[in-house]
Amino acid sequence: MERTTLDLWVGMFVVAGIGALVVLAMKVGNLSTYNVSDTYQLQAYFSNIGGLKPKASIKSAGVLVGRVTEINLDTERYEARVVMSIDKRYQFPRDTFANILTSGLLGEQYIGLSPGGDSEMLKGGEVIKKTQSAVVLEDLIGKFLYNKAEGSK
Amino acid sequence: MAIVSSLRGIGSRVVNGVWRIGYATRFFLMTLLYSGASFRRFHLTVKEMFSSGVMSLIIILVAGMFVGMVLGLQGYETLKRYGSESALGTLVALSLVRELGPVLAALLFASRAGSAMTAEIGLMKATEQISAMEMMAVNPIARVIAPRFWGGVISLPLLTAMFSSLGVFGGYVVGVVLIGVDEGSFWSQMQAAVDFQHDVLNGVIKSFVFGVAVTVIALFEGYDAPPTAEGVSGATTRTVVQSSLAILILDFILTAFMFRGD
Amino acid sequence: MSSEALVEIRDVNFAYDSRPILKGINMTFPKGKLVAIMGLSGCGKTTILRHIGGVLKPTRGYVKVDGQVIHDLDQDGLYRMRRKMGMLFQFGALFTDMTVYDNVAFQMREHTDLPEEIIHDLVMMKLHAVGLHGTQDLLPAELSGGMARRVALARTIALDPMLIMYDEPFAGLDPISLTVVGQLIRRLNDALGATSVVVTHDVQESLKIVDYIYFVSDGAIIAEGTADDIRASGETFVHQFVYGEMDGPIPFHYPGGNYNMDLGVGA
Repeated sequence: MERTTLDLWVGMFVVAGIGALVVLAMKVGNLSTYNVSDTYQLQAYFSNIGGLKPKASIKSAGVLVGRVTEINLDTERYEARVVMSIDKRYQFPRDTFANILTSGLLGEQYIGLSPGGDSEMLKGGEVIKKTQSAVVLEDLIGKFLYNKAEGSK
Repeated sequence: MAIVSSLRGIGSRVVNGVWRIGYATRFFLMTLLYSGASFRRFHLTVKEMFSSGVMSLIIILVAGMFVGMVLGLQGYETLKRYGSESALGTLVALSLVRELGPVLAALLFASRAGSAMTAEIGLMKATEQISAMEMMAVNPIARVIAPRFWGGVISLPLLTAMFSSLGVFGGYVVGVVLIGVDEGSFWSQMQAAVDFQHDVLNGVIKSFVFGVAVTVIALFEGYDAPPTAEGVSGATTRTVVQSSLAILILDFILTAFMFRGD
Repeated sequence: MSSEALVEIRDVNFAYDSRPILKGINMTFPKGKLVAIMGLSGCGKTTILRHIGGVLKPTRGYVKVDGQVIHDLDQDGLYRMRRKMGMLFQFGALFTDMTVYDNVAFQMREHTDLPEEIIHDLVMMKLHAVGLHGTQDLLPAELSGGMARRVALARTIALDPMLIMYDEPFAGLDPISLTVVGQLIRRLNDALGATSVVVTHDVQESLKIVDYIYFVSDGAIIAEGTADDIRASGETFVHQFVYGEMDGPIPFHYPGGNYNMDLGVGA
């Protein structure tokens, strides 16, 4: 008799604990947007990736469509090679434009994909040709000051 | 002379400490070795999950809720200065899931369940229940220690998950419901920033490691306690002090391994 | 002392660190008999029991139980041997987190695959044997000292051991419980056909029930014999012990130096 009420309590405890883990995974974490569907790989070369990191998000029209899986330096071109995994549900035209953007002024960096008008779609493993590098704030400020100095002459 | 005797004192403390570490390690290995019965007769472990897990629920839930609420309040005050209140969800969730959840839940667990374990084992030893078991040809490590070990090790990650989720809820109540941070950005920024594998799973691994550390310390201190009233009370104090230190030190080491370089 | 010996202790010496506890102990416990080991607190009585149970290893000599040298057995052999032994600890050592029923059933569940119905019947029989049928749902904390001791006795005999050891079974009992426990020890020994060893310093109670007595003082046997032999013993220590005299070979005063000096009077 006593053991069954005890089992009941422990059972509820375990269910609640696992429930909390599921909440952490789905509601707090990104498991609901991650791993759920199949992905395919795309690559892009950037001359400067700024502060982009693996696992950064990839968005198109503000919708999360994938994540950065790998970043390394291509020593033939001396450019950064970024590997992205994109949700299979989303296909992009061949002339899609990949941009490194910043969310907010100081927020983290992500890749924005702006689709072009090509009728052929990018396939897994292919390279996005058109890219724009990160805007590095220091360079921007430097340029601004330089222009100011030029203008005041 | 005073120098010689104090040197001798230090020396004996060091030797004694090393001796205890060795003994505790052997005790831990014996516990693992004789763990078969804890799973074959799982009701033994279930009983211990009740006394260490279910009995710690209230303190864990209340503490989790309030820690989350405080995080919401303090986080909002700080983030407001930079105009990034929308990152409140990220701040609350990341600090809970990565650090505060595992560490605080383990500290509470050590003082609630760990001290109780030490006192119980110590008293069982003082009243010769352990010797009696041994004379009945029942291995006390298998029958008494191992079920408590596994009960604790299974319970703590579950408690931690509850602590963290309730904390996030507390942060939500303060941030969104009371202060009025935008609900959509609270959740979406949180979900964008919290990675299941990197953050949630690492938090679970942490709490598992803490669970092992706390229960081993608690059980060892109880098993090794001198069979007197002072012996048991001293062992209980040592359990809380040592397991708290162990949690914080292990947390630093684990954090260095898990979250380095990003 | 005729008949076959169940336990033989031969020339056992034992020392904690370098402090000798037992010095050349020789004892024989014949099958079916109830033997007492008596002596003052701290004279090594319990140490002898621990040797029989295989908890301690003698530094010299051997302890044979049922034909096997107990301290040469490995862990499994020792545990097999201990299943045939029962030991009643000084204050019962009942498991405080279990009911009376679970305490008595403990060894049956640990060591046998008996179905729960049979265990139930066995527990009831054991509790009945100690006169405590009806207490099965109580916790040890709810029992009086005498009842707890009897429950512990029921637990000790749960698996019908061939050898029952009692460590101070009379300690802290009121006179009625004391007689009850004493009579139970005798009756259970005879009913189970077991061999019993009682370690005690309660002379009057044990003289009533035991077959043979060893007197131990300072780690050595100083007298042995039947109850009548002991009562009539000319050994001054035994006389002091049996009749509870205040002064004798065991002095009233701790050897604490010169009392007058401590008071600062005279020299």
